[in-house]
Amino acid sequence: MYKAFLIKYAEIGIKGKNRHLFEDALVRQICYALRSVDGTFHVHKQQGRVFVETEGDYDYEETIEALSHVFGITGICPAVMVEDEGFDKLAEQVVSYMDQIYPDKHMTFKVKARRARKNYPMDSMELNAALGEKILDAFPDMSVDVHDPNVMLYVEIREQISFYSEEIPGPGGMPVGTGGKAMLLLSGGIDSPVAGYMISKRGVAIDATYFHAPPYTSERAKQKVVDLAKEISAYTGPIDLHVVNFTDIQLAIYEKCPHEELTIIMRRYMMKIAEHFAKEDGCLGLITGESIGQVASQTMQSLMATNEVCTMPVYRPLIGFDKQEIVEVSEKIGTYETSILPYEDCCTIFVAKHPVTKPNVNVIKKSEEKLADVIDDLMDQAISTVETIHVEA
Amino acid sequence: MEAYLDNSATTQCSQEAADLMMRLLRVDYGNPSSLHNCGMEAENYVKEARKRIAQTLKVNEKEIYFTSGGSESNNLAIVGSALANKRSGMHVITTAIEHPSVANPFAYLEEQGFAVTYLPVDAYGCISLQDLKDAMCSDTILVSIMHVNNEIGAVQPVEEAARLIKQTNPNCLFHVDAIQSYGKFRIYPKRMGIDLLSVSGHKIHGPKGSGFLFVRDKVKVHPLILGGGQERGLRSGTENVPAIAGLGQAAMEIYQNFDAKIMQMYRLRDYFIAEVEKIDGVSVNGHKDHSNAPHIVSVSVSGVRSEVLLHALEDREIYVSAGSACSSNKPAVSRTLQSIGLKRELLESTVRFSFSVHTTKEEIDYALEAMAELVPMLAKYRRS
Repeated sequence: MYKAFLIKYAEIGIKGKNRHLFEDALVRQICYALRSVDGTFHVHKQQGRVFVETEGDYDYEETIEALSHVFGITGICPAVMVEDEGFDKLAEQVVSYMDQIYPDKHMTFKVKARRARKNYPMDSMELNAALGEKILDAFPDMSVDVHDPNVMLYVEIREQISFYSEEIPGPGGMPVGTGGKAMLLLSGGIDSPVAGYMISKRGVAIDATYFHAPPYTSERAKQKVVDLAKEISAYTGPIDLHVVNFTDIQLAIYEKCPHEELTIIMRRYMMKIAEHFAKEDGCLGLITGESIGQVASQTMQSLMATNEVCTMPVYRPLIGFDKQEIVEVSEKIGTYETSILPYEDCCTIFVAKHPVTKPNVNVIKKSEEKLADVIDDLMDQAISTVETIHVEA
Repeated sequence: MEAYLDNSATTQCSQEAADLMMRLLRVDYGNPSSLHNCGMEAENYVKEARKRIAQTLKVNEKEIYFTSGGSESNNLAIVGSALANKRSGMHVITTAIEHPSVANPFAYLEEQGFAVTYLPVDAYGCISLQDLKDAMCSDTILVSIMHVNNEIGAVQPVEEAARLIKQTNPNCLFHVDAIQSYGKFRIYPKRMGIDLLSVSGHKIHGPKGSGFLFVRDKVKVHPLILGGGQERGLRSGTENVPAIAGLGQAAMEIYQNFDAKIMQMYRLRDYFIAEVEKIDGVSVNGHKDHSNAPHIVSVSVSGVRSEVLLHALEDREIYVSAGSACSSNKPAVSRTLQSIGLKRELLESTVRFSFSVHTTKEEIDYALEAMAELVPMLAKYRRS
């Protein structure tokens, strides 16, 4: 029945002279999201709206699913599109639409017409009244409420006439590609995919770095991270995932540094390596899934110690989130099930019983000096043996 | 060099079984239920497989029911016989170290109102007949005991258990999970007093998705899959002819030249145990002599987590199982290892080597060499 989708967007609308850049990005992202959906689609801007028009048969469920992953969209309105064959025909079509969509007729409604094509014989007020009357005649149980209707029926007169009354929520945010690119430190856990999602929601494209430590972590743990990257790429678009072999660095730290500081020191080197790839990939920042106090390495003191090695800004969108709030987002975006698969990740394999919770940067640096004669080679080795996997949903 | 030492997980399908299956997929692909010739041909393959299997157990062909594998056989035997006989009593007995495909059906029976007794095991993983005797009562309708434990290879005294059960309560059914023992032991259910016996195809060089349940004549079992009435009404669904034929072929092959093959496996096991225990921190669980199964060696390595050792061996193309798969975010401690009273620090440090009739001394040597190198190295880096 639906031949088109009216795409609603909120924030893009207020971007002043840059507005067309944002709209173009939105159109581009919609086209990208629809590329693998069954059907032929035409996406275009028209008088401050973005329309997705369909041609011939298409898969409705898949289309909605794809569109609800495009950042920038706040609402998706499936619309009926008809040729202008006079008012009586239009009234008939509108009545039949209302009949199909609302089986329970005990409700209030309001018609809101918009006449973009001014040569239509009736003006919007007349249309509102006339269509409302036809609907009331057809369904005596319905009534009009102009202030707070249950259903708002929009009718738009252009070359063709479209009408819609339902809105499926979109993810909000801004179209990917309007905000540069950032490097996500992706582990196999619950938090980092959510962090990537949240930054990407602000229009940011994503690349990712994952640290694996064979034989302490398995191929399956790595596959899980590839799967997670794939899951968030349904929102973020393509991701280049850098898989770094971290075993030797980890063992060197284990051998030479105090075990309570192992996690902090390890994370400092992870940040350095991630920043290296961030620069290579033209990223403008790093993203982590840290939240204050969640674990020993995420106290403010620990964050300060890990942050100290970076020159780029580190974005931590979950910093004020409780675990439960993070879980809720991960369930919503569909990464939770994958995240909880039970494979060891490299942050936990050598974790000390009582890791430092208030590390002192100077003490940590002192400990790191013990690595001085090996660490440069080990870092070079880790960077040069990276495996980069292109991930796309 | 590659050493596949995870044959208790699955085995390589025999060439003859695979060839036969390919023919049944591509050439003789009929449905045994069809009335025409194609159907009859297919039926003949099923009959032939049934005959071959029946011969290995010395039972009647009519007592063999094909299933989709070990788990289904266990489910059918336990839930099916309990449902069919619950009017005679609501008490059932099993052991603390069963495979999940036995343990979970018993948990299901418990939910359905049955009383379940779980027999403990000793440090070698064996039940005591006295415990069994004490647990038996007039209300007991089913006892299920695994023949060979899948994690440590402990062998249960099933023949003595059967005698004891029948003496105490002749109507009580006795089920044996023989998934790890069929093909490693000669099993004659009728002579031994076993009423129900579960077997899986892919543990004996047959295909995955194949298995059977022996149901002694006149034993009542309620079907779990209802439908067109195949397998004499006990297991509906179009017969998986290729898998059944493959299983029949594998069953026949595994019992050819049997004694020599088993002796060879015990020789390799003896050698492996003697050598591996020379490595610092390594100990072998269960009986080390021939009272254990010939193909399973459970090895605990102090200070090395099983998963790490597994992946380090994997790196050298040596494939084993983690005795008890554990990780930081999902502890799944093995019930068998807990039941034999393994020390806590070894629960997460146990791997299983399992051999097949094709395992060679070269593979064993290669694995031993890797263990000797890896264990000291990995033990150096432990969780503090």
